Amino acid sequence: MGERLTLITGRTRKQAVGMHKGKDSPEYREATALVEMNPEDMARLNIEDGGQALLRTAEGEVELTAHAGSLPAGLVFVPMGTLVNKLIGTETLGTGMPSFKGQKVDVAPVAEREGPS
Amino acid sequence: MTTVVEHVACPFCGCLCDDLTVEAEGTEIRKVRLACSSGRGIFMDYDPRPRRPLVDGREVEWDEAVAEAAKILSAADSPLIYGLSSSASEAQRKAVALADRIGAVIDSTSSVCHGPAGLAMQAVGEPTCTLGEVRDRADLLVFWGCNPDASHLRHFPRFSLTAKGALTPNGRADRTVYVVDVRPTGSSKKADHFLQVDVGSDFEVLTTLRLLVRGLEPSVDTVGGVPVTQLKELVERMKSCRYGVAFMGMGLTMASARQLNVAELFTLVAELNEFAKFSVIPMRGHGNVTGADQVLTWTSGYPFAVSFARGYPQFSPGEFSAVDMLARRAADAAVILASDPGAHFPAAAAAQLERIPTIVLDHGPSVVASHARVLFPTAAYGVDAAGTAYRMDNVPIPLKRVISTGRVSDEEILDRIIEAVA
Repeated sequence: MGERLTLITGRTRKQAVGMHKGKDSPEYREATALVEMNPEDMARLNIEDGGQALLRTAEGEVELTAHAGSLPAGLVFVPMGTLVNKLIGTETLGTGMPSFKGQKVDVAPVAEREGPS
Repeated sequence: MTTVVEHVACPFCGCLCDDLTVEAEGTEIRKVRLACSSGRGIFMDYDPRPRRPLVDGREVEWDEAVAEAAKILSAADSPLIYGLSSSASEAQRKAVALADRIGAVIDSTSSVCHGPAGLAMQAVGEPTCTLGEVRDRADLLVFWGCNPDASHLRHFPRFSLTAKGALTPNGRADRTVYVVDVRPTGSSKKADHFLQVDVGSDFEVLTTLRLLVRGLEPSVDTVGGVPVTQLKELVERMKSCRYGVAFMGMGLTMASARQLNVAELFTLVAELNEFAKFSVIPMRGHGNVTGADQVLTWTSGYPFAVSFARGYPQFSPGEFSAVDMLARRAADAAVILASDPGAHFPAAAAAQLERIPTIVLDHGPSVVASHARVLFPTAAYGVDAAGTAYRMDNVPIPLKRVISTGRVSDEEILDRIIEAVA
């Protein structure tokens, strides 16, 4: 079963280094194709550390490698970049700033999308 | 021949660390000393080869590229100029001049960074100081919604956490450090105290701090996930410190309430000055995003999201900010100066940049450059072009030319486009 959690995005050291290598570089891809999660959320959602998670919003969906991190329950963190921006809407609430932090996101193990055979 | 250039400023982030040494062999940079891992790539991954401009992916002469850019902009009803923050202020001035000339909307990366901090400053003011004052005087540091350990890697040793100054000779031992964030981070692990707030609760916590500063008693035990006892302890330290400084980041500007969060923090800092010296500094991201705000403000009166469509500057975030312009499909051509909205905008806004003709000025490959109608391969300020950038505390820092490649600067290209559209 998937669950609706809260997404925040942001800078990481590896994302910055990967950016200089080029956004088509393996370093950038590796640095931005991951989601950090609360370990208990991962266990409940049957997402393994190092496994693939599917994140979905009204804007789009993306598969990311899940890592257990020191996040509070209900919160997921994805490094800023092209992948996570598939999930972010263009509503700026009259400020110019999209909801890069705080957007709701449905999270599920990737196998679930394929469904039972 | 080996050249060694000292006191080089790194143009990557708002710290603009100006103590680097760069060694080069001709146009090949061989070594960079003191750069952090985020800034090192600016120099070590730089491709110094001169390149020709591209029109629809085809190599052309400079005159042809300039003529094509001018043709696109002259035909556009509602052109957008966006980026600016990884360029020098000399080029930023030219970008504003071009916007004025063609009646464009101009916006910088501020709108997806510290734009809400700018709105807060307009609303309530910003009691601020320089990073030199922080290093020399600050004995209480509060990092709110920012993580310099990941985003500004030399901020702690050069200016804040461990920096030694005139009144802080023992560095870290002379300071009390708080981190307030929604999750533990590398920065919170280095702090004395970590207050973990619930997502979207910063405003309530800041309001409660203001209430406590006034000596009022909240009717609850916990606010935004933080026990009031911990907030009282922070307030006592804030009121009794010698020199307090709050640093704030996108944990406030990108979360719900956005500029209201920041205005609440700025107001708290202002009110604390009844008891102690207290300042606030936004942790600016791009190397010269502060310069973009400065230049746009001194030329148009507004820091970002400015339209020249009516022949005079109008300011309207949410309308003239780039994400909104693209989401509404209100721009029919774009000049992208030294930034990559193709990678850093919500996908729907980035996709619109593939539907309209774009003129991209950048020193390296980027997502937005990969589908530019006209691509000008430029020099990089701080690497093979000299210029001026503003540090996050609004101090201008000279960017040096550490190698000579013959590549053309943003300023020169913008000058030629302005001439061609006249």
